[in-house]
Amino acid sequence: MRRSRSGPAALGAGGSRAGKYGLRTIALSYLALILVLPVGMVFYRTFENGLQPVLQALVDPLTLHALYLTVAIAAIAVPLNTLFGVFCALLMVRRRFLGKSILSVLIDLPFAVSPVVVGLSLVLVYGRTGWLGGWLAENGVRVIFAWPSMVLATIFVSLPFVVREVVPVLQEIGVDQDQAAHTLGATPWQTFWRVTLPAIRSGVTYGVILTTARALGEFGAVSVVSGKIAGRTSTLTVHVEERFQQFDLVGAYTSSLLLAVIALVIVLSMTVLRSKEVGA
Amino acid sequence: MRMRIGALALALAAVAALATLVAGAGAGSTVVLVSYSTPREAYAELIPAFQQTDAGVGVAFSESYGSSGEQSRAVDAGLPADVVTFSLTPDMTRLVEAGLVDKTWDQNEFDGFVTKSVVVLVVREGNPMGIIGWADLTKPGVEVIEPNPFTSGGAKWNIMAAYGAQLKQGKTEEQARTYLADLFKNVPVQDKSAREALQTFIGGKGDVLLSYENEAIAAQQAGEAVDYVVPAETILIENPLAVTVDAGASGPAKALYDYLYTPEAQAIFVSKGYRPVVEGVTGADQFSTPTKLFTIADLGGWGTVNKDFFDPSGSVMATIEQGLGISTQQ
Amino acid sequence: MASVPSSSSLVAAGTVAARPAPPKVLRRMKVRRSTWLGVGLVTLYLSVIVLIPLAAVIWHAAELGPAAIWRVVSSPDTRAALQLSLMASVVVAAINAVVGTITAWVLVRDSFPGKTIVNALIDLPFALPTIVAGLTLLALYGPNGPFGVNLAYTRAAVMVALLFVTLPFVVRSVQPVLIELEQDVEEAASALGARGFTVFRRVVLPSLLPAIISGAGLSFARAIGEFGSVVLISGNIPFKTQIAPVRIFALVESGDSAGAAALAVVLLLISLGVLLALAFVQRWGRRGDEEE
Repeated sequence: MRRSRSGPAALGAGGSRAGKYGLRTIALSYLALILVLPVGMVFYRTFENGLQPVLQALVDPLTLHALYLTVAIAAIAVPLNTLFGVFCALLMVRRRFLGKSILSVLIDLPFAVSPVVVGLSLVLVYGRTGWLGGWLAENGVRVIFAWPSMVLATIFVSLPFVVREVVPVLQEIGVDQDQAAHTLGATPWQTFWRVTLPAIRSGVTYGVILTTARALGEFGAVSVVSGKIAGRTSTLTVHVEERFQQFDLVGAYTSSLLLAVIALVIVLSMTVLRSKEVGA
Repeated sequence: MRMRIGALALALAAVAALATLVAGAGAGSTVVLVSYSTPREAYAELIPAFQQTDAGVGVAFSESYGSSGEQSRAVDAGLPADVVTFSLTPDMTRLVEAGLVDKTWDQNEFDGFVTKSVVVLVVREGNPMGIIGWADLTKPGVEVIEPNPFTSGGAKWNIMAAYGAQLKQGKTEEQARTYLADLFKNVPVQDKSAREALQTFIGGKGDVLLSYENEAIAAQQAGEAVDYVVPAETILIENPLAVTVDAGASGPAKALYDYLYTPEAQAIFVSKGYRPVVEGVTGADQFSTPTKLFTIADLGGWGTVNKDFFDPSGSVMATIEQGLGISTQQ
Repeated sequence: MASVPSSSSLVAAGTVAARPAPPKVLRRMKVRRSTWLGVGLVTLYLSVIVLIPLAAVIWHAAELGPAAIWRVVSSPDTRAALQLSLMASVVVAAINAVVGTITAWVLVRDSFPGKTIVNALIDLPFALPTIVAGLTLLALYGPNGPFGVNLAYTRAAVMVALLFVTLPFVVRSVQPVLIELEQDVEEAASALGARGFTVFRRVVLPSLLPAIISGAGLSFARAIGEFGSVVLISGNIPFKTQIAPVRIFALVESGDSAGAAALAVVLLLISLGVLLALAFVQRWGRRGDEEE
């Protein structure tokens, strides 16, 4: 895979010094104002009153359960969407079939749907008077206002990322390597694991990162379908809102910090993994 | 190789998560309380107190809190509930119409209400602007914080208090509507919910907040620097409580229901800022009695009021909001 | 050869062309069967997760009947909310297109201490719950903010909140493309005397354009549906700062869930239109690169 060189020489042949610093200033100041400062604010506000209240908020059983629920839901949604994403990307790039563009747009739909609507849609399907609600209630299957609907909502909103990240990479690498492996006698399974997957590694990695971040941070849809049963169906995001409503700003910011830290850890570890593999 | 490990890790994580979720979902027999958001602190004391009584020993509880309308719709959509309590009656009526709450819910000696409150004017500590009544709210330069009545069921109490107060002052209905329009000219922010409006006010925006007495007291108990003024004319807020049809007429849910009307439980409500419905509860004398108190029934009941004032198209508030829009658009 | 449907067999089948072709009929049949099986599986997953719930929304709205739908959607409050959402989302998408590209450029081509950290931070807006975004923006740029800037409860506040939640889209769309870009043409152009910006405009930009547009489109779609962060900082004043998703919420609150569904469908159609247009742009951009 071709990599761009970094450093002044690579900024674009002919780029002046002033141009380079100008661009850097624009980008970094924008990021500072819109991103870094708000995130820094979260850190600041969390520890504003010292370490003790933060630790108290962290060991609160409600917070811990919310943390567990958030991670558990993400642990189901992310692998499922990754599997779907890789499968779908391979299908779309390497196969010919009618309606490919339509499929592509359908996959992007979750980006376009507001969380309020996602919640509404799941209630309309799985709620008491919904399409499947009656049948589910009769058979004692709890979907709405229980963890299954929360998983469904999370899968919904984080669905497109892996597909979107892997498709361009697949298009870039073509089929030569796979063909070569095949003629050398590799089975399809071996070809996939040894040749294809490593080649699309960066797409999958970024896809997983984005999917995970999105799954962790989902609030609106999950809040509606969760029923907000304390200690049972509150994720960290729902917990943040609840703490905020109860005037417990430290609790709210602590849980937000937890979310930010989890996301940062995932992003950083995958970035490190990826850069090590691409070669120092 | 690394990819294989990664994939395996993902798969294992998914299976493990699934296992814990399925295992954890097997709920025993618990009583589910679905409530609006503000009495959370009260029930945090009430439920353990109930569990000390004979009827409550060994009863496990699940609780859900959220905005009144949202909770009501959730129960309507299938949220399991044994005991339900809301901020205003229409949220209970919705469940009656859905067949989830028996229509005799309001036929106990308290008309189905478990707590009361009044609409008050929340001001900064020390009342620096000297707000004493409704007339002060339409003065120029006064910023009033009031949630949006189309997204906040609770906001409707505030508006009907303002409207009814004008009528109590001897104004005509037309003048009262004009007052509402003038009032909303002074509203710079309409938060989505009552709690958010309180947070906005605490955050420094506005001079006066329209809210309920128990909200103001809750804020004070949380250490916020606010005071409140009980206007001479204001509306009596009544919060309904019921046991659902599913929970059955006897059993632990009904036991909790009965407990909430005991003097002991009502005293806990009082300590959290609610007015009791039962006579002779300790601490009830802290509440001042407005001279001209009225109820929603005096204004025609929620059915009429919702249609005339809060229908998203063509009602009094819809017209006022549109009027605001036209005058503030370039 | 096993016909177990797995991605690996698809991969393998995709390389069939390289081997001595089996009888033509058999080959085409084999490709078709596993392809359509794959498409079926994908459609099943999409249906369960996305399509059936959305169909329920459309159905619920349709129950109102076209006249009532029109009345809900064309009421002045709704129109104002739609207008604000649309305007804010377009502006935000445009800002993102420019600044996002610059950011991607700086992250790929430039080098400065802390670049790895900055690169990692870009994805944070996805992970932070929207209410936190609203809270922190309020803390920074609201009445008690340290900068003396008070945007709270203004349209500018709506846009700042939207800029936060849509930040990653353009950056992450452009970055991979930029990484893969060969720089020979740039170097040649510059050796021939073209100045930096001309090189960018004539050589680099055309290659980046599909990615930029795609990212901007996604940020538009996200912005138009954004709820949690905006509602806190915008003041939710009808006609001034009330956005469409909050209007949907208001309709649900008022018991008009069918009307809410109708507005949701309108929003969905708008976003869908944008995404479809983007799909065409991307196709057109790819046409030069490879066969379909």
